[in-house]
Amino acid sequence: MLDQLLATLNEVERAAIDEEEYNILRAVVDELPAFSREISQLIPILQDIQRKHGYLPRLTLNMVADHVQTTIGKVYGVATFYNQFRFNPPGRNPIKVCLGTACHVKGGEILLENFERRLQIKEGETSADREYSLERVACIGCCALAPAVVVGEKVEAYVTPSKVEGIITEIEVRNEMAAREQMKNEAANG
Amino acid sequence: MKQPTGSPKEHLIVHAERAQERVKELKESSVPVIYVGCATCGLAAGALETIAGFEEALKDNGIEAEIRKVGCLGHCYAEPLVIIQNPGFPPILYQKIGAGEAGILVRSFLKDGSDPCYEYLIGALEADENFPTLMDYPRYLYENRVVMEHCGLIDPENIDHYLAVGGYLSLAQGIEKGGAWVLDEVKAANLRGRGGAGFPAGRKWEIAKGIEKTSKLVICNGDEGDPGAYMDRTLLESNPHQVLEGLALAALAVGAERALLYIRAEYPLAVKIMEKAIVEAQERNLLGAAILGSDFSLEVSVFQGSGAFVCGEETALIESLAGNRGMPQPRPPYPAVAGLEGLPTVINNVKTLSTVPSIIRNGHQWFRSIGTEDSPGTAIFSVVGEVEYPGLVEVPMGVTLEHLVVDVCGGIKDGKELKAVQIGGPSGGCLPASLMETAIDFDSLKTVGAMMGSGGLVVMNEDTCMVEVARYFTDFTQGESCGKCTFCRIGTRHMRDILQSITVGEGTMEELADLEEISEAVIKGSLCSLGKTAPNPVLTTLRFFRDEYVAHIEEKRCPAKMCRSLIAFYIDLEPCARGCDACVACCPVDAIFTTSNRKKAIDQEKCVKCGECVYACPPEYDAVRRVSPPEMIPDQGVEPLTEKEESES
Repeated sequence: MLDQLLATLNEVERAAIDEEEYNILRAVVDELPAFSREISQLIPILQDIQRKHGYLPRLTLNMVADHVQTTIGKVYGVATFYNQFRFNPPGRNPIKVCLGTACHVKGGEILLENFERRLQIKEGETSADREYSLERVACIGCCALAPAVVVGEKVEAYVTPSKVEGIITEIEVRNEMAAREQMKNEAANG
Repeated sequence: MKQPTGSPKEHLIVHAERAQERVKELKESSVPVIYVGCATCGLAAGALETIAGFEEALKDNGIEAEIRKVGCLGHCYAEPLVIIQNPGFPPILYQKIGAGEAGILVRSFLKDGSDPCYEYLIGALEADENFPTLMDYPRYLYENRVVMEHCGLIDPENIDHYLAVGGYLSLAQGIEKGGAWVLDEVKAANLRGRGGAGFPAGRKWEIAKGIEKTSKLVICNGDEGDPGAYMDRTLLESNPHQVLEGLALAALAVGAERALLYIRAEYPLAVKIMEKAIVEAQERNLLGAAILGSDFSLEVSVFQGSGAFVCGEETALIESLAGNRGMPQPRPPYPAVAGLEGLPTVINNVKTLSTVPSIIRNGHQWFRSIGTEDSPGTAIFSVVGEVEYPGLVEVPMGVTLEHLVVDVCGGIKDGKELKAVQIGGPSGGCLPASLMETAIDFDSLKTVGAMMGSGGLVVMNEDTCMVEVARYFTDFTQGESCGKCTFCRIGTRHMRDILQSITVGEGTMEELADLEEISEAVIKGSLCSLGKTAPNPVLTTLRFFRDEYVAHIEEKRCPAKMCRSLIAFYIDLEPCARGCDACVACCPVDAIFTTSNRKKAIDQEKCVKCGECVYACPPEYDAVRRVSPPEMIPDQGVEPLTEKEESES
C-alpha cells in the first residue's frame, strides 16, 4: 500500500520524505488493521497516529482515507477542523501557553510573546533543531493558578514573563547534563 | 471474585460491606495516612514535588506512613492541599504544602507527634476542641456540597472509596424500583441541564424513552470547552464513579444499553481516570452485562473529543462521534428523537449526571428544598480571577453574585475595587458591580443579558479593560465558529476586527453602532447557540461599560491601562533608587537603561509593555508608572549615562 502511495508522488515530494517520516508511514501501515473500517473510527484513528508519532504526516491521511473507505478530502476536512491535530512534527519540548479567560486577563498573551522572542519561533511553529514547539491552547482548566503554561507534560502555574527565561534555562541545563552524562558513559565504555 | 446472589440491593450491600471493611482499614490505619490532592490543578501547583518531599522525609526519619493520591477539593488557592490522618488526631487539612513544608510536617507532627504545625493548617475535617474545623471558614460554611461532596476526600482510582460512602446504592435502588420510577423522580426533582441551557433532564429522558425503537444511547457530555470553567474536569478526575452511576441511572430511565463518555482531549488525566473507573465498575458487576444480577446491562466507553468548542453543542457532538467535522445540525429532529446512528440519544452534562445519584438517594422533595422553585439544586461555579479564594464553589441556586464573590470567595484581592463579573464564558456577559444583587439561576441571569453557561465566573478588578475582554471572547468564538452559518462565520469576524481596531485606538463612533447591528444579525442568523450567544460579551460590555469604548475611541485612552497600544510605562525618577538594578534584570528586551544621575529609564522604542518591571521594582520604591494614553509620560529630562561617566565610577 505504501509503495503504491509513494508512486503517486512526484520526485520533489518523494525527496521531501525523510527517513523518520518514512518510518512513521511504515508503522502506520501495520497499525491501521487494529481499527475497524467504519467511518466512525476516523477520529480515533487520527488520534492514535498522533499519540504514537506526534503528528500526522501528509501521506497518513491518504492511508486513513483508504482504510475507512472515504476520500482524502473528507479526512483532511476532519483533521483540519479539530484543534488537536497537527501536521508538522512537535518539538521535543512542546510548550503550550494557556489563553483561557483567566490566563488571558493575567497576561497569557505577553507570555506567548516572550516565548516567541526567546525561542525565535512563532506560535504554531517548531524550532529548526526540533527542540521546542510553541502553541496556544484554549483552556487547560487551571484557571485559579493563572497564567498557566504546559511544558511537556508538566503544568507550570503562576508564570510571569521573567519565568519564561527560567523555564527555557531549566530545559537547557537538563539537556546539557544529559549530554555530559552520555559523554561520561561513552568514555567509560569506550 | 464469586458473585453473590439475590436482589440488586443485596448484591450491592455485599459489595459495600467489603468496601467499607477495606476503607475502614485505611481510616483506622495504625500508621499515618497522607492524602495529597493530585488533580490537574494540584499537579500544576507542585503536588508531585510535595509527594517526593514526604517520601524523602519519611525515609530519612524512619517513619512508616502511607501516601495516597486524591482528587480536588476545589480550593485551588490553597494548592497543594494535603490531609494528614495521624492516629490520635482528627484528619487535618493543610494548605500550600511544598516539599519543604512536607519535611517539616513529617519531623514535627509525625515523628515527634507533638506539633501539628498550626501555621500550615486550615482545619480539622471533624469537630475537635484543639483545632478549628473547616466549617469555621466562610468558604466552607456557605457552600452546600451535593455534587462535590466527596471530591478531594476519596481516592478516585479506588472504587472501594466510593462504595464506602454509599456509592452505587442509588443505582441498586433504581434497578429494584425500575427505570420508570427513576425517570419520575428526576422529573419531579425538576433537574435542569447543567451544561448551560437549563433544559429539564427528565423531559429529555422522557422524549427518548417514548421513541419506540429497540436501541437507545446515553452520552455524558464532558467536552468542557468554555475557557475559564473546569468543574466537569474536576468531577471526572475526583469522583469518576459518581458520573458513571448517574450515567447508568440515565440509561436505566430511558432504556439504553449503550453509553458513551465524551471527554475533551485537553483533559488527559480525566480520560485516564475514567477509563480505569469503567474497568473497576465492570469488575464489580456495576456496569456491563446483567448489572447486580438484574436484567439491566450497560456497555460504557470513552470517546476523546479533539478540541472543538462547538462540539459541546449536542448535534455537533454527534457529528464528531460519527467521524465528521463537528458542525451543528438543524433541530428538530432533536437528538433525543434521532441522534447518533439515527437512534434516540440522550446527551447530559457531567454535572447533570453527577447530580442524579443524590436525587435518587434522597428523593425529589429533598432536591427541591435546595435552590429556587424554578432552578432547584446547587450550582457549581469556577470562581477565578481577582478574588481572595478562587476555586470551585458549590452553592444553592438563587444566591446573589454578591454573596458568591464577597462572602464565599473572600471578595477582591489586594484591596482593589470590583469592576465586573464575567459569567458564562464566551456565551455569557460582563455584569457590572451595580448588578451584583442579581440572583444566580437560569432565568435571572438571562434577564440581564448573561447566562449561566457552564458556570465559569471570572472576577475582574479595575485593571481589566472591558473592551479587551469583549475582543478576547469574540476572537475566541470567531476561531471556534464551525463556519456553517454566514453570520456567525463572517459576522463575528467583522466584530472581532472592529473591537481589535478600538483596542489599538483606531476605532470610530460609527463602528459602535455597527457592532450592535452586526450583533443582532449574528443572533438572528445562526443555527446553534454558539452563534446565537456569541455577541453576548460585546452587547453586555456595550450596555454597561460604554464609557470605556468611548474613551478608547475619542481620547485614545484605555481607562484600565490594559490595552498595550494605548499605554506606556515610565520610571518616576523621584522614588527610583540610585544603583538599584531590579528592573534591568527582568526586562526581556533590554529596554531599561541607566540615566546620567544613575537612576533608570525606559527606552520607549524598545519597550514591549509587558509590565514585568512594575512587579520587579521593590515595593519600597514603587517607581514604575503606567499611563494611558502614552503621551502622558512627563518630560523628566532623562539623559543616558555616557560611557565616560560610567568608566569614571
